[in-house]
Amino acid sequence: MRLIVENLACRRSGRRIFSGLSFTLEPGEGLMVTGRNGAGKSSLLTMLAGRLKPDAGTIRAEGIGEATLPECLHVIGHRDGLKSALTATENLEFARDLLGHPAASPQAALDAMGLPHVARLPVGYLSAGQRRRVALARLLVCRRPLWLLDEPTAALDLASQGVLAGLMGRHRAEGGLVIAATHQALGLEDARELRIAAAAVDDRCEEDTFETENWL
Amino acid sequence: MIRAFSALLARDLKLAARVGGSGALSLVFFLMIVVLVPFALGPDLNLLSRIGPAILWLSAVLATLIGLDRLFQSDEEDGSLDLMTGAAVPLEVVVLAKVLASWLTTGLPLALASPLFGLLVALSPKAMAATALTLALGTPALAFVGAVGAALTATIRRGGLILAIVVLPLMIPTLIFGVSAAEAALGGTVPFTTPLTVLAALSLIAAVTGTLAAAAALRWSE
Repeated sequence: MRLIVENLACRRSGRRIFSGLSFTLEPGEGLMVTGRNGAGKSSLLTMLAGRLKPDAGTIRAEGIGEATLPECLHVIGHRDGLKSALTATENLEFARDLLGHPAASPQAALDAMGLPHVARLPVGYLSAGQRRRVALARLLVCRRPLWLLDEPTAALDLASQGVLAGLMGRHRAEGGLVIAATHQALGLEDARELRIAAAAVDDRCEEDTFETENWL
Repeated sequence: MIRAFSALLARDLKLAARVGGSGALSLVFFLMIVVLVPFALGPDLNLLSRIGPAILWLSAVLATLIGLDRLFQSDEEDGSLDLMTGAAVPLEVVVLAKVLASWLTTGLPLALASPLFGLLVALSPKAMAATALTLALGTPALAFVGAVGAALTATIRRGGLILAIVVLPLMIPTLIFGVSAAEAALGGTVPFTTPLTVLAALSLIAAVTGTLAAAAALRWSE
């Protein structure tokens, strides 16, 4: 698939986060999204995942047939989407049945992430890094062309960072797309970098000084 | 689609069983109200058996509200809702599966336990059967109406109060027809089936509009 983002703008709680963001991602390409804290990296990924409406601009995907963009991507973010009371295998089986396009079996995916021994443990018992690796195993359990990774290396040890770099390399070699918001090198050596600059302060409009949300 | 639906249903039932269940919580809450009312009213058996169906229905409505705020909020907090947005099925199917699981763990046990609790308010066997039947037919309406409120307040921390205020007025028709059906079974001018069919209709209407509205609320929660 091919992802085309044109002139994207983001506004949250009436405040302009970024605007005029454009990029195109060809099959097999990776994109590193960088920028200071609060620049809107996570907001960009949330928007691409279809959970946040763009303030302006368009997000288009080509070559995915009749499917919608949210059906063609994986999101691994700060909130890992795992249920603490369920075991790692149960979590992955649920993700596979919900998302469709099954690929590797949950056990094989856990093996690939170096976690064969936690398959039967409730996720609530795992450490932060282990939880993150179970969430990353979701990438292998179902096949989807676009990976949206929000600080994927947070809480990961060096060995697991290497495994993740290998996964991303293989995914891109098969024509997949990777967009990662990060502060550190991820092994996306040849990837392009998109730096989100701070929005100018005078970008705010008069009416935006009202806090429309968060009044609760 | 069937596969995703059954996966969601199985997951929520498993969670309800494993996390010490909100189902058991609302059942205990139901029991507490029904036990306390006779103490408050005094030992007048005629009065109790006359207002018994109303007490059971009132307790059922209040018990439904317990734990309702976690229906979508727990999934919103841990990011499961992001997964569901990207599911291979429409969000409406996700909502339908989740509400069905929630009804199976809260509404249905209430209806099944109501004959037992009817003993505490001196209901006749006929009234017990009638109340259980009306609860079984009416609690789906409560669950689906509640789901709309739960979806609206999914992103609000401690949204339980707002949820109750939003949802309770919409539950009043179900309460009215539920109680009148249960009382019609004990005699009166209205035949039993008239309020009962209205109650069933309310559940069907709530199932359609509630599913669509809750899915829309989740989609536009940002």
